Amino acid sequence: MGLAITFWIMAVVTVAAALGVVFIRNVFRAALMLILCFIAVAGIYITLSADFLAAVQILVYVGAISVLIILAVMMTREVQRGSPANKMEIPAAVVAAVLLGILIYTVTNTPWNIAAEAPLSPTTVPLATKLFSESGFILPVEIGAVLLLAAILGAIVITREK
Amino acid sequence: MTIGLNHYLILSAVLFCIGLYGALTRRNAVIILMCIELMLNAVNISLVAFSSYIVPLLLTGQVFAIFVMVVAAAEVAVGLAIILAIYRGLADIDTNNINLMKW
Repeated sequence: MGLAITFWIMAVVTVAAALGVVFIRNVFRAALMLILCFIAVAGIYITLSADFLAAVQILVYVGAISVLIILAVMMTREVQRGSPANKMEIPAAVVAAVLLGILIYTVTNTPWNIAAEAPLSPTTVPLATKLFSESGFILPVEIGAVLLLAAILGAIVITREK
Repeated sequence: MTIGLNHYLILSAVLFCIGLYGALTRRNAVIILMCIELMLNAVNISLVAFSSYIVPLLLTGQVFAIFVMVVAAAEVAVGLAIILAIYRGLADIDTNNINLMKW
Protein backbone atom coordinates (compact mmCIF):
# COMPACT_ATOMS: atom_id res chain seq x y z
CA MET A 1 0.00 0.00 0.00
CA GLY A 2 2.79 2.39 0.91
CA LEU A 3 4.55 1.42 -2.30
CA ALA A 4 1.46 2.30 -4.33
CA ILE A 5 1.09 5.69 -2.62
CA THR A 6 4.79 6.46 -3.21
CA PHE A 7 4.50 5.42 -6.84
CA TRP A 8 1.48 7.63 -7.51
CA ILE A 9 3.05 10.67 -5.79
CA MET A 10 6.32 10.23 -7.71
CA ALA A 11 4.51 9.57 -11.01
CA VAL A 12 2.34 12.70 -10.68
CA VAL A 13 5.35 14.83 -9.71
CA THR A 14 7.39 13.42 -12.62
CA VAL A 15 4.72 14.07 -15.26
CA ALA A 16 3.85 17.51 -13.87
CA ALA A 17 7.51 18.56 -13.79
CA ALA A 18 8.04 17.24 -17.33
CA LEU A 19 5.04 19.27 -18.54
CA GLY A 20 6.58 22.24 -16.74
CA VAL A 21 9.87 21.76 -18.61
CA VAL A 22 8.04 21.88 -21.94
CA PHE A 23 5.46 24.59 -21.27
CA ILE A 24 7.05 27.07 -18.82
CA ARG A 25 8.18 30.18 -20.70
CA ASN A 26 11.08 31.11 -18.40
CA VAL A 27 14.09 28.96 -19.36
CA PHE A 28 15.65 29.05 -15.89
CA ARG A 29 12.40 27.88 -14.26
CA ALA A 30 12.17 25.12 -16.85
CA ALA A 31 15.65 23.98 -15.78
CA LEU A 32 14.49 23.93 -12.14
CA MET A 33 11.46 21.82 -13.15
CA LEU A 34 13.86 19.44 -14.90
CA ILE A 35 15.77 18.99 -11.62
CA LEU A 36 12.48 18.26 -9.82
CA CYS A 37 11.68 15.69 -12.50
CA PHE A 38 15.09 14.00 -12.00
CA ILE A 39 14.54 13.79 -8.22
CA ALA A 40 11.09 12.24 -8.74
CA VAL A 41 12.59 9.70 -11.16
CA ALA A 42 15.07 8.76 -8.41
CA GLY A 43 12.03 8.11 -6.19
CA ILE A 44 10.58 5.88 -8.92
CA TYR A 45 13.84 3.89 -8.90
CA ILE A 46 13.54 3.42 -5.14
CA THR A 47 10.02 2.00 -5.54
CA LEU A 48 11.56 -0.44 -8.04
CA SER A 49 14.14 -1.43 -5.36
CA ALA A 50 17.02 -0.07 -7.47
CA ASP A 51 18.78 1.73 -4.63
CA PHE A 52 22.19 2.14 -6.30
CA LEU A 53 20.61 3.58 -9.45
CA ALA A 54 18.62 6.07 -7.36
CA ALA A 55 21.86 7.28 -5.74
CA VAL A 56 23.55 7.51 -9.16
CA GLN A 57 20.54 9.40 -10.52
CA ILE A 58 20.84 11.98 -7.72
CA LEU A 59 24.64 12.27 -8.13
CA VAL A 60 24.86 12.37 -11.92
CA TYR A 61 21.61 14.03 -13.00
CA VAL A 62 20.71 16.27 -10.06
CA GLY A 63 24.33 17.00 -9.18
CA ALA A 64 26.19 17.26 -12.47
CA ILE A 65 23.95 17.45 -15.53
CA SER A 66 21.59 20.04 -14.06
CA VAL A 67 24.56 22.21 -13.07
CA LEU A 68 25.82 22.02 -16.67
CA ILE A 69 22.38 22.93 -18.03
CA ILE A 70 21.98 25.85 -15.63
CA LEU A 71 25.48 27.02 -16.60
CA ALA A 72 24.42 26.99 -20.26
CA VAL A 73 21.20 28.85 -19.40
CA MET A 74 23.24 31.51 -17.60
CA MET A 75 25.81 31.84 -20.42
CA THR A 76 23.09 32.39 -23.04
CA ARG A 77 21.09 34.91 -21.06
CA GLU A 78 21.00 37.71 -23.60
CA VAL A 79 18.96 35.78 -26.15
CA GLN A 80 16.39 34.45 -23.74
CA ARG A 81 12.98 35.54 -24.87
CA GLY A 82 11.32 32.62 -23.16
CA SER A 83 11.11 29.37 -25.08
CA PRO A 84 8.85 30.05 -28.07
CA ALA A 85 7.36 27.21 -30.08
CA ASN A 86 8.00 26.75 -33.78
CA LYS A 87 5.39 26.19 -36.49
CA MET A 88 5.30 22.42 -35.98
CA GLU A 89 3.21 22.56 -32.80
CA ILE A 90 0.07 20.75 -34.05
CA PRO A 91 1.84 18.03 -36.14
CA ALA A 92 4.23 17.36 -33.23
CA ALA A 93 1.30 17.07 -30.81
CA VAL A 94 -0.42 14.62 -33.18
CA VAL A 95 2.78 12.56 -33.55
CA ALA A 96 3.36 12.46 -29.78
CA ALA A 97 -0.29 11.52 -29.07
CA VAL A 98 -0.30 8.76 -31.71
CA LEU A 99 2.99 7.37 -30.37
CA LEU A 100 1.61 7.46 -26.83
CA GLY A 101 -1.51 5.59 -27.94
CA ILE A 102 0.52 2.93 -29.76
CA LEU A 103 2.85 2.49 -26.76
CA ILE A 104 0.00 2.17 -24.24
CA TYR A 105 -1.89 -0.25 -26.53
CA THR A 106 1.22 -2.41 -26.96
CA VAL A 107 2.11 -2.38 -23.25
CA THR A 108 -1.36 -3.30 -22.04
CA ASN A 109 -1.86 -6.06 -24.64
CA THR A 110 1.47 -7.85 -24.23
CA PRO A 111 1.47 -10.88 -21.88
CA TRP A 112 4.62 -10.15 -19.85
CA ASN A 113 6.37 -13.04 -18.09
CA ILE A 114 6.33 -11.57 -14.60
CA ALA A 115 8.88 -13.42 -12.47
CA ALA A 116 7.81 -14.83 -9.14
CA GLU A 117 10.95 -13.91 -7.20
CA ALA A 118 11.25 -10.67 -5.28
CA PRO A 119 13.94 -8.35 -6.67
CA LEU A 120 17.35 -8.24 -4.97
CA SER A 121 17.18 -5.68 -2.21
CA PRO A 122 20.71 -4.20 -1.86
CA THR A 123 21.78 -4.01 -5.49
CA THR A 124 25.24 -2.47 -5.14
CA VAL A 125 27.29 -5.66 -4.71
CA PRO A 126 25.44 -7.69 -7.41
CA LEU A 127 25.72 -4.73 -9.80
CA ALA A 128 29.47 -4.48 -9.17
CA THR A 129 29.99 -8.20 -9.80
CA LYS A 130 27.85 -7.89 -12.94
CA LEU A 131 29.81 -4.88 -14.21
CA PHE A 132 33.39 -5.84 -13.37
CA SER A 133 33.51 -9.64 -13.59
CA GLU A 134 35.22 -11.48 -16.45
CA SER A 135 31.94 -12.86 -17.80
CA GLY A 136 30.10 -9.59 -17.21
CA PHE A 137 30.19 -6.15 -18.76
CA ILE A 138 33.86 -5.21 -18.27
CA LEU A 139 34.44 -4.37 -21.97
CA PRO A 140 31.48 -1.93 -22.17
CA VAL A 141 32.71 -0.33 -18.93
CA GLU A 142 36.12 0.30 -20.54
CA ILE A 143 34.47 1.64 -23.70
CA GLY A 144 32.32 3.91 -21.53
CA ALA A 145 35.46 5.30 -19.90
CA VAL A 146 36.99 6.02 -23.32
CA LEU A 147 33.70 7.65 -24.44
CA LEU A 148 33.68 9.94 -21.40
CA LEU A 149 37.32 10.91 -22.02
CA ALA A 150 36.55 11.68 -25.67
CA ALA A 151 33.50 13.73 -24.64
CA ILE A 152 35.54 15.78 -22.14
CA LEU A 153 38.27 16.47 -24.70
CA GLY A 154 35.69 17.30 -27.37
CA ALA A 155 33.84 19.71 -25.08
CA ILE A 156 37.09 21.48 -24.18
CA VAL A 157 38.19 21.77 -27.82
CA ILE A 158 34.78 23.02 -29.00
CA THR A 159 34.39 25.72 -26.35
CA ARG A 160 38.02 26.88 -26.27
CA GLU A 161 38.70 30.53 -27.11
CA LYS A 162 40.69 30.90 -30.29
CA MET B 1 -4.77 -1.45 -6.32
CA THR B 2 -1.30 -2.96 -6.63
CA ILE B 3 1.35 -1.39 -8.80
CA GLY B 4 2.50 -3.63 -11.64
CA LEU B 5 4.85 -3.51 -14.58
CA ASN B 6 2.22 -1.80 -16.77
CA HIS B 7 2.07 1.24 -14.48
CA TYR B 8 5.80 1.85 -14.84
CA LEU B 9 5.76 1.28 -18.60
CA ILE B 10 2.83 3.68 -19.12
CA LEU B 11 4.54 6.31 -16.94
CA SER B 12 7.65 5.85 -19.06
CA ALA B 13 5.62 6.20 -22.28
CA VAL B 14 3.95 9.40 -21.04
CA LEU B 15 7.30 10.91 -20.05
CA PHE B 16 8.84 9.93 -23.40
CA CYS B 17 6.00 11.51 -25.39
CA ILE B 18 6.18 14.75 -23.37
CA GLY B 19 9.91 14.90 -24.10
CA LEU B 20 9.35 14.12 -27.78
CA TYR B 21 6.74 16.88 -28.11
CA GLY B 22 9.09 19.35 -26.41
CA ALA B 23 12.09 18.37 -28.52
CA LEU B 24 10.05 18.78 -31.72
CA THR B 25 8.39 22.09 -30.90
CA ARG B 26 10.69 24.23 -28.76
CA ARG B 27 13.03 26.71 -30.47
CA ASN B 28 15.52 27.30 -27.64
CA ALA B 29 18.39 24.82 -28.12
CA VAL B 30 18.94 24.41 -24.35
CA ILE B 31 15.27 23.45 -23.88
CA ILE B 32 15.61 20.89 -26.69
CA LEU B 33 18.58 19.33 -24.86
CA MET B 34 16.55 19.26 -21.63
CA CYS B 35 13.71 17.45 -23.44
CA ILE B 36 16.19 14.87 -24.76
CA GLU B 37 17.27 14.29 -21.15
CA LEU B 38 13.59 13.71 -20.29
CA MET B 39 13.33 11.08 -23.02
CA LEU B 40 16.50 9.31 -21.81
CA ASN B 41 15.07 9.24 -18.27
CA ALA B 42 11.84 7.71 -19.59
CA VAL B 43 13.81 4.93 -21.28
CA ASN B 44 15.75 4.36 -18.05
CA ILE B 45 12.51 3.97 -16.07
CA SER B 46 11.28 1.28 -18.45
CA LEU B 47 14.66 -0.53 -18.38
CA VAL B 48 14.71 -0.62 -14.58
CA ALA B 49 11.06 -1.71 -14.46
CA PHE B 50 11.75 -4.59 -16.87
CA SER B 51 14.79 -5.51 -14.81
CA SER B 52 12.94 -5.74 -11.51
CA TYR B 53 9.74 -7.39 -12.81
CA ILE B 54 10.94 -9.81 -15.53
CA VAL B 55 14.50 -10.80 -14.47
CA PRO B 56 14.68 -9.73 -10.81
CA LEU B 57 17.85 -11.75 -10.07
CA LEU B 58 19.91 -10.76 -13.12
CA LEU B 59 19.96 -6.93 -12.90
CA THR B 60 20.70 -6.64 -16.64
CA GLY B 61 18.27 -3.74 -17.08
CA GLN B 62 19.98 -1.77 -14.33
CA VAL B 63 23.37 -2.28 -16.01
CA PHE B 64 21.87 -0.96 -19.26
CA ALA B 65 20.43 2.03 -17.37
CA ILE B 66 23.92 2.82 -16.04
CA PHE B 67 25.31 2.80 -19.59
CA VAL B 68 22.45 5.05 -20.74
CA MET B 69 23.45 7.48 -17.97
CA VAL B 70 27.10 7.41 -19.12
CA VAL B 71 26.10 8.19 -22.69
CA ALA B 72 23.68 10.88 -21.49
CA ALA B 73 26.45 12.59 -19.52
CA ALA B 74 28.76 12.56 -22.56
CA GLU B 75 25.93 13.78 -24.78
CA VAL B 76 24.97 16.69 -22.55
CA ALA B 77 28.61 17.81 -22.18
CA VAL B 78 29.25 17.85 -25.94
CA GLY B 79 25.77 19.24 -26.71
CA LEU B 80 26.11 22.19 -24.36
CA ALA B 81 29.64 22.83 -25.70
CA ILE B 82 28.21 22.97 -29.24
CA ILE B 83 25.43 25.31 -28.08
CA LEU B 84 27.94 27.62 -26.41
CA ALA B 85 30.15 27.60 -29.54
CA ILE B 86 27.12 28.48 -31.71
CA TYR B 87 26.18 31.23 -29.25
CA ARG B 88 29.69 32.66 -29.45
CA GLY B 89 29.58 32.73 -33.25
CA LEU B 90 25.98 33.73 -33.97
CA ALA B 91 24.90 35.35 -30.63
CA ASP B 92 21.72 33.29 -30.90
CA ILE B 93 20.55 29.81 -29.88
CA ASP B 94 17.16 29.92 -31.62
CA THR B 95 17.05 26.81 -33.80
CA ASN B 96 15.02 28.67 -36.45
CA ASN B 97 17.96 31.05 -36.98
CA ILE B 98 20.74 28.44 -36.93
CA ASN B 99 20.62 27.49 -40.60
CA LEU B 100 24.24 27.65 -41.72
CA MET B 101 24.14 24.04 -42.93
CA LYS B 102 20.78 24.33 -44.72
CA TRP B 103 20.93 24.15 -48.52
